[in-house]
Order: sequence, then C-alpha cells, then structure tokens
Amino acid sequence: MDFSIQITGFVALYIFMLAAFAGWVIIGHVPAILHTPLMSGSNFVHGIVVVGGMFALLNASTVQEQTIGFFAVLLGAGNAAGGYAVTDRMLAMFQTSGHASKHHKLGHVKAHRAKAK
Amino acid sequence: MTMASIAQLTIGVTDLAAAFLFMYGLKRMSSPVTAPSGIFLAGLGMLVAVLASFFYVFDVSAAAKPHLIVNVVLGVVALIVGGGFAWWGGKKVAMTAMPQMVAIYNGMGGGAAGAIAAVELFGNKASGTTQLVVTLLGALIGAISLSGSLIAWAKLQGVIKKPLRVRGQQYFNILVLLGTLAVAGYLVYVAQGASSQLLPTPQLIYLFFGCALVYGVLMTLPIGGADMPVVISIYNAATGLAVGLEGFVLGNPALMIAGMVVGAAGTLLTLLMAQAMNRSVANVLFTNFGGVPQHKPSHIKGSMKPTAAADAGIFMRYAKSVIIIPGYGLAAAQGQQKLYEFVKLLQAAGVSVKFAIHPVAGRMPGQMDVLLAEAGVPYDLIFQLDDINEEFKATDVALVIGANDVVNPAARTDKGSPTFGMPILNADQAKQVYVVKRGQGKGYADIVNALFYADNCNMIYGDAAAVLTTMIEAVRGLGTKAAA
Repeated sequence: MDFSIQITGFVALYIFMLAAFAGWVIIGHVPAILHTPLMSGSNFVHGIVVVGGMFALLNASTVQEQTIGFFAVLLGAGNAAGGYAVTDRMLAMFQTSGHASKHHKLGHVKAHRAKAK
Repeated sequence: MTMASIAQLTIGVTDLAAAFLFMYGLKRMSSPVTAPSGIFLAGLGMLVAVLASFFYVFDVSAAAKPHLIVNVVLGVVALIVGGGFAWWGGKKVAMTAMPQMVAIYNGMGGGAAGAIAAVELFGNKASGTTQLVVTLLGALIGAISLSGSLIAWAKLQGVIKKPLRVRGQQYFNILVLLGTLAVAGYLVYVAQGASSQLLPTPQLIYLFFGCALVYGVLMTLPIGGADMPVVISIYNAATGLAVGLEGFVLGNPALMIAGMVVGAAGTLLTLLMAQAMNRSVANVLFTNFGGVPQHKPSHIKGSMKPTAAADAGIFMRYAKSVIIIPGYGLAAAQGQQKLYEFVKLLQAAGVSVKFAIHPVAGRMPGQMDVLLAEAGVPYDLIFQLDDINEEFKATDVALVIGANDVVNPAARTDKGSPTFGMPILNADQAKQVYVVKRGQGKGYADIVNALFYADNCNMIYGDAAAVLTTMIEAVRGLGTKAAA
C-alpha cells in the first residue's frame, strides 16, 4: 500500500485557504487579555518546522546538507521547546479572585484523599 | 507492507493528529479558563509529531542511505541541544523580558524554515518551477524573519538603543529587496536550463540568502522601540507563512496547516494592534515614527507638580475609587508584586481598585495582563480600554505607573501630535491623577505629555518599585485604627 502524500497545485491552495480561514476565526474570539500568551502560543505552533528540519536532515547526502539540516533541526527545536516553556509559564499565572485558583482546588482534593485513607 | 509504507502511515497519522491538536489547542487558548489545557494539547501534538519524524529513516532517498546513522545522531543532538537550551531559557527568563524571548524563538523558527529551503536549493531537490518558486519565497520570508527578529530582540534588550535612520533609507531598502527578488528570479531562470550563467548556482544561493538577511536587518533598524510589539507580531505571522510554504515543498500537510493558521492568526493580531494605535501596518513599518525631538508646545499651560509618594499613598487610602494604569515603567522596575501588595492594602481599607490596560501598553500586546497575573492580580479586576474609559469621570484617583503615551490627551486634541487619533485611557478625567515616573523625560514615542501639566495631576518621581514601597509603608503607618 502507498501512504505517501502528494499535494499538488490546487489541493495545496485549498489547504492554505482553509487553514488561513481557521486561524483567522480562532484568533478572532480571543480577548485582549490573552493576546500575549496567544502570540507566544502561535509562535510555539510554527515550531512544527522542526519536523521539516528532521526530514531535510535525514535525507541529507553531503556535508553541506548535513550542516544546514543540523541547524534547521537545532533552530526548529529551539522554537518549539522555548515557545512551549514561555507560553505555559504565562498561562499558569492567570486566575480569578473567586478563590477558584488551582492551588486551592488541588489542596482540597489532596485533603479529601488524605481523609479517605 | 514494506517498512517505507509503515513509516509513511505512521507519519501521516501522527501529523494529522498534530494538526488537529494545534488547532484545538489554539481554540482552547481563547479563554483564560481553558488556556492552560490548550497549550498542553498543542504541546502533545508537537511531541508526537517530533517522535514520529524519526520514522523518516525508513523512507529516505537512496543518496542519503549511507549517511543515515550520522544523520540520525546529528538529529538527536540538534533536538537535545536546541530544545534543551531554549527550554531552559524559557523557564528561566524574567516575565519582563518575555517579548524579546518570543522574538528570539520566532527568529529561530524563521531560520529553520530558511535552512530547510537552503537544503532543498543546494541539493537541487525542487521538482518543477512551482516548487522552486515556493521554496525561494519561503526562504526569503524565513530569512527576513530571522534577521529582523534578532534586531527586534536587540532593541528590546537594549543592545541597540536608538532607531538607526539615514536619509533615503527607505529607497535603499527597496533597492535591496528588489535586488534579492532579482537574484531569486535569476535562480528560477537558470533552473530552466540556461546555457551560460553569471555566477555558479551555489554562489547565487549564498547571494540570495545574504541579501534577504540584510534586508531583514535594514527593514527593522529604523523602527522605533515603541512599535516593536507590532513588528514581532508581523514576524510571527511571517515565520508561520514561511513554515507553511516549506511544508508545501516537503509535501507535509501538518507544516502547511500549522504554518498557515499561524500566518493568518498573526496577521489578524497585527491588524488588531495597529488598529489599537490608530495607525496602519504600513505606517508602522515605513514612516519612522517618533524620535523627532519636540519641545513643549506653547499651548500647554501650567507646570509639572511633584509630590511625595507617601502623601499620594495616604490620599488614595482615603479615596473611594482608584483606577491604576500600568505601563512599561512598572515592568522595567519589576514593581508588579509591590503594586498588588499596595492594592490589597487599599482594598482592605474599602477602596474600589481597578486596573485599566491600554491595548499597546508595554512592549507586547497584553504584556501588562501577564505581568499583573504574575503578581497574582485576579483577572476580573483588569479592564480593557473600551470597558473602563467611561468610568474615569466618576473616579477619585487615576494612578499612572510607568505609562506615558497611552494617557497623553494630545492624541485626542492635538492634530500635530504623532499619536493623534490613537484611543487613549482618559486618566485626565479623574478627579486626581498621580503619575509615577522615573524622571522628567519623555515616553518611548518621545512626545511631550500634556497630562503631566494638568491642574489635577501630580508627579511622583522615582523607580516604580521604590515609590510603591514608600506608599505601602505610609498606608501601613496609619495603623489599624485609621482603617476602622
């Protein structure tokens, strides 16, 4: 069986169009308070380029290709890992004044479990 | 089934899952409640896709087979080193330095897209003119994003202090861009099988990347620091686009989808930001905003009246309502914890306290929201411009901390002002305004602020954190009796 993916001409344009529309709609509903985490989050998402870097590196057949491919993976991995670390840290900070913070909830759950034992 | 088709199936399924998780994750990030799970899901998609990418070893080209072991080792090392350092940096960086960190990671993504394109170009792997053109386009955008993001980083980090501007710079930049496009066009022409060429193809490729990188630097250098949020957002969208284009070249739909989603989302975010400043994106990029020395316009009456931090703190303790307008000065002084401590004291004394955030306050959209969140301020106390601007009229005190241009009434009244037309927070309409400021200098946009000269405004000079400490001590000094 052949599972290789062939994307040509108009198929590519359809994918691009639908993806662009999806991105536009998804971001359109984000409140201003989340703009920075969102910019950082979308920055993380294009870190998927690391997968393309892996493809280029694994298919390298000259020292030059290996060198450039190495940097493609290095930079892409940096984009992905750094983007995730930063976004995760930012989002963990948001909480409401309704005492519904995670720490409290977790604390209660732990207390209950301790009692049950 | 052969190993090659098993590999293709595995990669196909995981990449599909990754594309889904990215979009679902971003969708969940549109509310503060679900956002942490959103980034986790997107991260899961990334992890799965990266692990599955090792299945490419079963499906490599014949030429690469002898080098496979070396290539796999290189890949693992690059993943660990690149990912490790960036992870460590991302965990360690101070919240205030977040914008430049995002700029760096973004530049890395652009660089990766450019590097992939370089491998394709040097290896002459493009099949057909369409592929070659798309490869070159992705390379151009990726390279500009890389060098441009690095300059944006240097500006935010303070390595480059002043916008660098030369007469006729814009024309020179256009020439460099046209030159880059010309080299790209010539590369396409050569690929059609020209019998003789001016330079050997590898040299042409070097020239192409060199020009594109130089253009990114030249394009970013003249843009003022206050506009960096918009610039970072543009480069974020650009990197997404470059990744999407290289995804097409590699025949990888996950890259195409993720890249294009980010490209579109980043474009929308850029437009929203430019809109908040009442300027067009072209205006941000090409008009060399700010930096022109200005003198106090003759129509501004009065003088700046300094007051003591302790007096201001006690005044607020006995006010009914206070709206706080934080700006980059608060971030620079790392004063967010002290600020919330002060706010809690006011709240304990029965003062109604709200935070008003201007869309472009700080160096990145929403940076102030993140900083306040870091200090533990609940986000239901934080209000955006449109939601709170009417309330200033009925408010006793507006406390402006390290913000400047976003409260400058000149944007409403003075047609000659560079910020004219930008919606501002109407701090001047509060009964009393306190402005905490490091010195008598101007804001990032370098414009005289009429608010500082207003009759109902007093200046408190000093580092935001130090001023807030004094205020806290002053209010505590009143003791519990006063609070009763």
